[in-house]
Amino acid sequence: MPTVTINGTSVTVPQGTLLLKAVEEAGITLPTLCHHDALSPYGACRLCMVLITAPRRALVASCAYPVEEDLAVETHSAEAVQARRLALEALMARCPRSHVIRNLAEREGVTTTRFGMPPSERADELCMLCGLCVRVCRDLIGAAAISFVGRGSERRVGAPFALQSDACIGCGACAEVCPTGAIRMEDRGDQRILHAWNTRIPLARCPGCGRFFTPAPTRFLKDMFPEMEAIWDVCPACRQERTARQWATEHPLIIQ
Amino acid sequence: MKIRTHADLEGLRAEGDALLHSARPRICVGMATCGMAAGAGAVFKAIGEAATASGLDVMLVSTGCIGCCQQEPVVDVRMPGQGRVVYARMTPEAGERLIAALSAGELPAEHAMAVIPEPGSALPEKPQGLSHLPRMEDLPFYKKQQKIILRNSGRIDPRRVEEYAAAEGYTALERVLLHLSPQETIDEITRSGLRGRGGAGFPTGKKWDLCSRAPGTARYIICNADEGDPGAYMDRTVLESDPYAVIEGMTIAGYAIGASEGYVYVRNEYPLAIERIHHAIEQAGELGLLGDNILGSGFTFSIDVVRGAGAFVCGEETALITSMEGGLSEPRPRPPYPAVKGLWGQPTVINNVKTLASIPAIVAKGADWYAGIGTEGNAGTVVFSLVGKVANTGLVEAPLGLTLDEMIHGIGGGGLDGRQVKAVQTGGPSGGCIPASLFHLPIDYASLSHAGSIMGSGGMVVMDEETCMVDVALYFLRFTMAESCGKCTPCREGTRQMVEILTRIVEGKADPGDLDLLEEVALWVKGASLCGLGQTAPNPVLSTFRYFRDEYDAHVNERRCPAGVCRALVRFAIAPGRCTGCGLCLRECSVGAITGEKKQPHRIDEALCARCRACYDICPEGAVEIAR
Repeated sequence: MPTVTINGTSVTVPQGTLLLKAVEEAGITLPTLCHHDALSPYGACRLCMVLITAPRRALVASCAYPVEEDLAVETHSAEAVQARRLALEALMARCPRSHVIRNLAEREGVTTTRFGMPPSERADELCMLCGLCVRVCRDLIGAAAISFVGRGSERRVGAPFALQSDACIGCGACAEVCPTGAIRMEDRGDQRILHAWNTRIPLARCPGCGRFFTPAPTRFLKDMFPEMEAIWDVCPACRQERTARQWATEHPLIIQ
Repeated sequence: MKIRTHADLEGLRAEGDALLHSARPRICVGMATCGMAAGAGAVFKAIGEAATASGLDVMLVSTGCIGCCQQEPVVDVRMPGQGRVVYARMTPEAGERLIAALSAGELPAEHAMAVIPEPGSALPEKPQGLSHLPRMEDLPFYKKQQKIILRNSGRIDPRRVEEYAAAEGYTALERVLLHLSPQETIDEITRSGLRGRGGAGFPTGKKWDLCSRAPGTARYIICNADEGDPGAYMDRTVLESDPYAVIEGMTIAGYAIGASEGYVYVRNEYPLAIERIHHAIEQAGELGLLGDNILGSGFTFSIDVVRGAGAFVCGEETALITSMEGGLSEPRPRPPYPAVKGLWGQPTVINNVKTLASIPAIVAKGADWYAGIGTEGNAGTVVFSLVGKVANTGLVEAPLGLTLDEMIHGIGGGGLDGRQVKAVQTGGPSGGCIPASLFHLPIDYASLSHAGSIMGSGGMVVMDEETCMVDVALYFLRFTMAESCGKCTPCREGTRQMVEILTRIVEGKADPGDLDLLEEVALWVKGASLCGLGQTAPNPVLSTFRYFRDEYDAHVNERRCPAGVCRALVRFAIAPGRCTGCGLCLRECSVGAITGEKKQPHRIDEALCARCRACYDICPEGAVEIAR
């Protein structure tokens, strides 16, 4: 297991550990928005920059850097702090109303941005393009319903042609992983609405209580869990009730 | 027919030799994209029609680019047994007259630029009546050049493999497949000192060696032809003029690293290059020079063409791979490097077009020969597209170590219209501007990088007193901002912020604090970006800041553009004493800002003037003045 020196303190971590995790192991929290433990390294937001001082000197994104033996790191060198601060300033200018970004910035000692603000039609922007939604949808859910559109500062995330997605299963993982709350999801009547993707997904109705409770396209999961055949169609509340009733029927003596 | 043996190959060469040294007059028209743009198509057609009409039996060939793009359309004529006569700036009419003269058994002097003597010919090297012409190699433009990558450009027909074979083509492949092991091949390239010509200059042999040792179930070789720097067109020209050299180079690379599949990743904006490489691959396949059991060696190799969709970032190797895999073209963190984990997760070598085109020459003539060209640590030649405000523009191939001065004032002939050259921009949007005071520097990887620029893939844009360095920085930053993939924050947001600050500067709206902020952002983008595009994007800003800080200060502190370029900071006026009242400027002005009677001095209404410079450019008397 490699031993890494972080700000002068040695930490031993398993081979292949990402530097960001090793730094956390040493009790230091770095700002990060594009990293998620369930997804492969991406290195996009550049908030977790640290300075490597050995075996060679380099400014790196710690979330995408696997540790190696005899690595030495300074998390608060002037270069690293400057890189993190400028990234936060730039993101504050991109998403002026994001509390998440402002809080991260304050922790790094940044309270205002010197950069020009976005045009008024983008003043409500909360997305800072970390790509977690795109990656979770493609790499974990396997739906690939959304992707990046455009490039450079015109880049954004959306479903193809900004139309109702026919690949979205309405699972809501995108909204769940979004670090800045940019993806608004709402269940209204018999529909789940993903405002950011201009997409509406029908909800399935529980035959037990009549409530709408789950996106209809997720029903394909039924084939993957044959043991749940009997209780699949009902909502979690009814499922609990049915399971309890069945259990009680099978174990009458205990009830008495 | 399949080429399986040495005798087969010699047969092919004999066929090609009969074409190159035809018993009929051989007329080559340079028909690469540069020639086509200058009107070579019409010249080719006129010559063909005139020859048919006059019954003259000629061999009319469309070749690639001979290098002096400024002299296009270029036609060269070889009479049997004699050298070639090169005709410059041809027109269809001059083409017809050329045929008329040839019919009378003469070579016309009109449009003739130089002669290329025939080696070993018993005839005088300069044809009768043309003894005044210089030899091509004595022209200032060619004097210091040495052609290795462009050895066949403009000479052979890029659609005929037999002509390529006759020009020593496939000598190297034969040597490698029949006499060298893959490791010996790699060692040969390592010893030659060849470094990647795509820009970063990584040693080619080392890259091949890393790839050949990396574990994998398959290996790939990719030719990177996604050239996209503004003002650079070296790779396009090589593919258009000598596609077989690239194919042979890729086949040798494939053999060396153990790949049986290769890909040419070429941008879709290069239709002629795509057509020619496709044709060449097809022809090589038909002859068995690609496919199974090449030259009877048992080695199998095939090449496919993949067309890029016009994203500059795909020149970055990891983005190129993602794009080939069908994903969104964005780079990924390295390591792992493609040589270890590349296309489809397998070890992959990505080499630039020029690197691969150099390979056959190196193998055929030997590593020592190549290592002897150039300087220590900088072996061989590089191709530059010399453009901008320089007298001679075109494709230049010269040994590494040539000084910038020899390049710009020697080969390039100095500034345009005798003006003073101020700086040169090397390496495209990723490069920097080097001032004339540093023109004593040799052109090599370390010197250029030390001066704040890069070798890059070979763009060389010359600038003079009429170039505003702030405007140049803004131009390149606008380019990288638009071409940034947008994945990482510094490149996406930083380039945008730099463009905003530079825009304020050229509009005269900046304050001194903006200069510090600009430098701060530039250093951040350089240090914190994910891939090479972002890491080098600030170079135009940082290098102009380093050498031309006075121009920035003039814009910010004095609201003045010393070069007279930035529209918001200049005023146009007509000097009454010099104006002859010819009316040219009045007709040229698209906003009606110029008034005046015929033969009386004109004047410009400042309130209406859009500062487009049209009057300044057209005035034959130089009467329009720019107040800077």
